[in-house]
Amino acid sequence: MDFLNAIVALSNFVLVPAVTYGSQLALGALGVTLIYGILRFSNFAHGDTMAFGTMVTILVTWGLQAAGVGFGPLPTALLALPFGIVACMALVLVTDRMVYRFYREQKAKPVIFVIVSIGVMFIMNGLVRFIIGPGDQRFADGERFIISARDFKELTGLREGLALKTTQGITVVTAVIVVALLFWFLNRTRTGKSMRAYSDNEDLALLSGINPDRVVMVTWLIVAALATVAGTLYGLDKSFKPFTYFQLLLPVFAAAIVGGLGSPLGAIAGGYVIAFSEVMITYAWKKVLTYLTPEALEPDGLVQLLSTNYKFAVSFVILLIVLLFRPTGLFRGKAV
Amino acid sequence: MSEMVKNTGLFVLVAVLILGTGFVQSWNTALLILNMGLISAVMSLGLNLQWGFAGLFNVGVMGFVALGGLAGVLVGMPPVPEAWAAGGVGVIAGLVLGAAVIVVAAVVFNRMGRGPMRVLAMLVILVGGFFAFRAVFDAGVEAVEDVNPAATGYLGGLGLPIVLAWPVGGILAAGAAWLIGKTALGLRSDYLAIATLGIAEIILAVLKNEDWLARGVKNVNGLPRPVPYEVDLQNDPGFVEQVSALGLDPVTASSLTVKLGYAGLFAVVLVLILTLAQLALNSPWGRMMRAIRDNETAARAMGKDVTRRHLQVFILGSAVCGIAGAMMTTLDGQFIPTAYQPLRFTFLIWVMVIVGGSGNNFGAVLGGFLIWFLWVQVEPMGHWVMQIVTAPMADGSALKEHLLGSAAHMRLLTMGVILLLVLRFSPRGLIPGR
Repeated sequence: MDFLNAIVALSNFVLVPAVTYGSQLALGALGVTLIYGILRFSNFAHGDTMAFGTMVTILVTWGLQAAGVGFGPLPTALLALPFGIVACMALVLVTDRMVYRFYREQKAKPVIFVIVSIGVMFIMNGLVRFIIGPGDQRFADGERFIISARDFKELTGLREGLALKTTQGITVVTAVIVVALLFWFLNRTRTGKSMRAYSDNEDLALLSGINPDRVVMVTWLIVAALATVAGTLYGLDKSFKPFTYFQLLLPVFAAAIVGGLGSPLGAIAGGYVIAFSEVMITYAWKKVLTYLTPEALEPDGLVQLLSTNYKFAVSFVILLIVLLFRPTGLFRGKAV
Repeated sequence: MSEMVKNTGLFVLVAVLILGTGFVQSWNTALLILNMGLISAVMSLGLNLQWGFAGLFNVGVMGFVALGGLAGVLVGMPPVPEAWAAGGVGVIAGLVLGAAVIVVAAVVFNRMGRGPMRVLAMLVILVGGFFAFRAVFDAGVEAVEDVNPAATGYLGGLGLPIVLAWPVGGILAAGAAWLIGKTALGLRSDYLAIATLGIAEIILAVLKNEDWLARGVKNVNGLPRPVPYEVDLQNDPGFVEQVSALGLDPVTASSLTVKLGYAGLFAVVLVLILTLAQLALNSPWGRMMRAIRDNETAARAMGKDVTRRHLQVFILGSAVCGIAGAMMTTLDGQFIPTAYQPLRFTFLIWVMVIVGGSGNNFGAVLGGFLIWFLWVQVEPMGHWVMQIVTAPMADGSALKEHLLGSAAHMRLLTMGVILLLVLRFSPRGLIPGR
């Protein structure tokens, strides 16, 4: 019984939150990695792209709620998501046309692109704050829990409860669907294959008649969709605040880099590596250990490796350790 | 010659902007802009050393600035003897133990051959070492933080004159840069950028959470000053008489005098660093750095030790940022870890260097002043623009309220637009480097 309690406690406080957060990071990191693979630069504006897509989703959600449209037990934001994606696609296409295309034609150095993306980041950040304000916005509605801790306890008779929030369920299901679609697209469709070819060897791809403009455009469209989905899921699960999304850039990058920039599989693995290490290193293991150890050996401290305040720093420590031993990430990413 | 005229003109323009603030708004505001402009100019000189001279993409400026700020506390504040008695030994012993574990791990890693035995040994040393470190360290920390947490709760500083914190801030930042450079400079392109970004966040996380060091988010305020206090000046009959003779109100005059005092001190530092940077740029060393920046492979083929030179310039640039950070806490009179935000301390400095002209020291200084001026003034300007835009709207309408309220966020938007425009139409900045 104690063993089961330990597993439930572990799932409740570590596994479920880490899988959810990891899925959100993985979707964000996939966007970063695609831009790196195809356009060959680190897009510092990615966090704010996520914020923009999410912001539109939130505005539409509010509109739907005001109009009395709901999605039953599911959050209304899911209905608004397509609008957010389309708006975000428009934004990144306009940005590419007005900003990045010029440097692509100039064949500017990758580092120039990075600096340019910092400018774009400033603008997008300002835009979002300008439209929706810098404060915290809540837009989650529908059922709060798939199963609440109390129901779980009654159902199983265990001492530990397992709470599963609706947003956590939605996050994982959506992430699986989105990732499956993405890989199907990259591996099975003509456009997807040409994207991969372009990423692997630009010159060869151009020689074989791949239209670079089209590849770039499709990449931006996919990235906008990924960013909006990731941002909305994160916002539903936690809350939406423009500055948080700017900060999210860091763990998202950490995930993409730990996996190896340019490698979609790596981005997913990186997302979970970062999420699990963040949660596990800052979790107080006392509860789980108390169930597992005989009474005489029970720990008296919290058995916490680092205080929760260090959550943010952990992703970078992991990043640095990985980079020290594998300078281009776990899945051997590219370096331009 | 015309280039000379253009550059002088640009500096005159910035001077006019700041003087204009003095005439239109208030001299207090003008001096505030000038003081932070001086500090920003030092920071952008530091970043220019790294990016403009050597092409190192450092997005961790914030971390070095924050370390410099920490120096202000460590040097200037008086020590807390009770805290030292309670847990000083524990904390110091813990830190020494932690460092020893890392050194032992590194030595063992280098001595043992590849294989599962090495992995096992590393795990034993690091995990065991971590718990030993926490056992010693946590006890000390707890004792220190329990000493009057409302007022102190930290070890305090050395109680030395605060100006000494400036070089110390530089040394602290240089030390961190050495450590980081040793590990991270081997990384390629974007990997280095993200690594520096992450390291800055780690430094900040430590400053926010280690209360025994600088009170964490409880902040340290009331740092000693290198210039007299306004109240003392106002109570000084000689000073009051002097300013009254000039026809000034003693209260205003005292605050202006204090700010001018700071400006004088900062200007000395800026001129000193600018001179050194200028000498460095035009020396054989500077030529070598630029050669490495422009073509690393060729420079390596010429027998230049690229990694060493990169490390060197990374340390120098970071030290300059550290000095600026210490100057800033001195000016503020307080150390607030949460105030260090990458949007302001890393990316804004980048805008300064790019707009001013990377690779040119005068450009970096100009960018520092100009961008800081805009950073401060865009907000009131945005408000003013919004007032005009919304003037025809009905009073109390939601849109009008929203637009007026949002004017405060014009800042980031404007910075982004400026950066993109400069990169597009004058990619080498206002005063291009060579």
